[in-house]
Amino acid sequence: MKAVLTVTQLTKTFGGLHALDGVDLTIGRNEIVALIGPNGAGKTTLFNCLTGVYIPTGGSVEITSPEGHTTRLNGLKPDKVTSLGMARTFQNIRLFQNMTVLENVMIGRHCRMHAGIPGAILRNARTRREEKAVIDDSYRILENFQLDRYVNEFAKNLPYGAQRRLEIARAMATEPFLLLLDEPAAGMNAQETKDLDDLIVRLRNKEEISILLIEHDMKLVTSLSDRIFVVDYGRKIAEGTPAEVCCNPVVIKAYLGEEIDA
Amino acid sequence: MSEISEHKILFGWEEIKKSLLTCIWFMFLTFPIMVIQVNTIHRTVEWRWERLFFVGAGAFLLSFLWRYMIRRKEAGIKREETAQNTHQDLLQRLLSNPRFSRPALAVAVLFFLTFPLVFSLYQIDIMTTALIYVVVALGLNIVVGLAGLLDLGYVAFFAVGAYTYALLNVHFQLGFWICLPIGGALGFLFGVLLGFPVLRLRGDYLAIVTLGFGEIIRLVLENWNEFSFGPSGIANIPRPGFMGMDLALHQNHTYIYYLMVGLTVFTIFVVRRLQDSRIGRAWTALREDEIACQAMGINKTRTKLSAFAIGATWAGMGGVVFAAKTTFINPASFTIWESVIILCCVVLGGMGSIIGVVAGALVLKLLPEYFRAFSEYRMLVFGTVLVLMMVFRPSGLISSVRRVYRFEGRNKLEGQP
Repeated sequence: MKAVLTVTQLTKTFGGLHALDGVDLTIGRNEIVALIGPNGAGKTTLFNCLTGVYIPTGGSVEITSPEGHTTRLNGLKPDKVTSLGMARTFQNIRLFQNMTVLENVMIGRHCRMHAGIPGAILRNARTRREEKAVIDDSYRILENFQLDRYVNEFAKNLPYGAQRRLEIARAMATEPFLLLLDEPAAGMNAQETKDLDDLIVRLRNKEEISILLIEHDMKLVTSLSDRIFVVDYGRKIAEGTPAEVCCNPVVIKAYLGEEIDA
Repeated sequence: MSEISEHKILFGWEEIKKSLLTCIWFMFLTFPIMVIQVNTIHRTVEWRWERLFFVGAGAFLLSFLWRYMIRRKEAGIKREETAQNTHQDLLQRLLSNPRFSRPALAVAVLFFLTFPLVFSLYQIDIMTTALIYVVVALGLNIVVGLAGLLDLGYVAFFAVGAYTYALLNVHFQLGFWICLPIGGALGFLFGVLLGFPVLRLRGDYLAIVTLGFGEIIRLVLENWNEFSFGPSGIANIPRPGFMGMDLALHQNHTYIYYLMVGLTVFTIFVVRRLQDSRIGRAWTALREDEIACQAMGINKTRTKLSAFAIGATWAGMGGVVFAAKTTFINPASFTIWESVIILCCVVLGGMGSIIGVVAGALVLKLLPEYFRAFSEYRMLVFGTVLVLMMVFRPSGLISSVRRVYRFEGRNKLEGQP
């Protein structure tokens, strides 16, 4: 399988603290991979290193686009990473609260648009066409995510589940081939989690993208993912299919601690 | 039913009790200074009991009014939370209703066009100054209102524009019309210059650095005598000529007035278009959440710099007109106080709302002129108004509304409500 993301020996230290300590990770085309681990294991740090929020201390991050271009991401700014085709959502929802739902998605289209300041002021034919296209595209994306009835609503007024969906919709608007979801099911009830499950599967099948997700809901993780990576204390401690990982003694130890009489 | 319960909330016994307590407390506090007066000559003590009554009644009324307003505001917020985002206050509903807004716009256009024909030279002068502030405040609105970057040294760009015209005229005899774009361009350049060091900063830190920048520009102008003629300033700056003709004083003032009206319309046009564009959306996103904004592929550096630079361009052009209008400038015209006033125009009018900022600038510049009789109390009134506005109407006179997009055709096809 061709890899879209290759992480080798990724290290990130904060002062003397090794938040990530030589992590290796690969994600193939059209694959759903879950990243799990106890709280503070370094999952979100890994995400931030991948997306350019943090600059890794060592190791390398490379993505390969479907066209076959490989780019090294170390030290690139988050906006560059996104325009290269890797989008993300956030653990604590970071929508543009005081903008409408449609505008949130339109922001996602930003990096695929070209109009500059002169274009905005003169509003020439090209800018008008682009503007019309972005409104139509954004609306279509909202329809796909069943958010079209909220089009002109402020993002902050949406119900919680819809806000989570909107975050994914906004990320999808940047046309990624690799989507990073940071605890997408956090705070959701059983029904909402079920809907999210369907949504992610549908995204993978329809849009043909790869997905890397951090998640604590093991039911969701096992039903969704092709492979699971387990990290603890900044190191990868296990990887494999859901079945393999679930009965791996190292993983059980990391989560539950050691049995006394073992 | 709901109306009755609302009334109950607004006129609760709780409010009256609290207000009574406040009033007693105030009577107690002010008792020694308001009531007792010792006459040292006659060695008597005067008891002015009637004053106690006035203090009590005043404190009770003000306290009750305050509590009532707070209650009303909270009720309003609650209503807003439950309602759709279509909930707008009366002013916004009127403005968004074409049956009201079109005639209102026509009246405004007529008013501004016929203004010099009706009013005196003094009035024209005041209005021209107010319009300069409108343009400059609209520029600052891009930086503060749209991009959310608190800039306390904005008057520096105004100074750059004014000195551009003054100095180019003194040294190279360049005319007003050449200097107007040059002033704008230099404003742009200085906007970028300020933008670079503050790219990493936000919030309070940004405010402090911009404050420093504004002071630096003023101090340089004040102390670099060879360059800027120091505190004595530059006098006899020519007013703009009209196709090479020399105009009489009255004609000239009218001319600058119309020029400012034109520049204001141009500014509103450009700012509106920018606001509704890809760039404007990026500015708003930057204001809302910087990290998410970058994660959406928006280049933070370019977005911030463009906000600073474009905002500063308007200040630069405003400065050129200011120099041409007053014909004399010195660094004292560009103190931090001016920055604060311009910022107040934006905040009071409504951050991010064009019509709000226009209204804010007009109110803040015109009212003090018309209430010159009370000029001793100006700062007192100004302060009170600011406090009250921020408590009861934090989004300004006319708050901004997000654009609403219609997809009726499609909704109908799919049977959506």
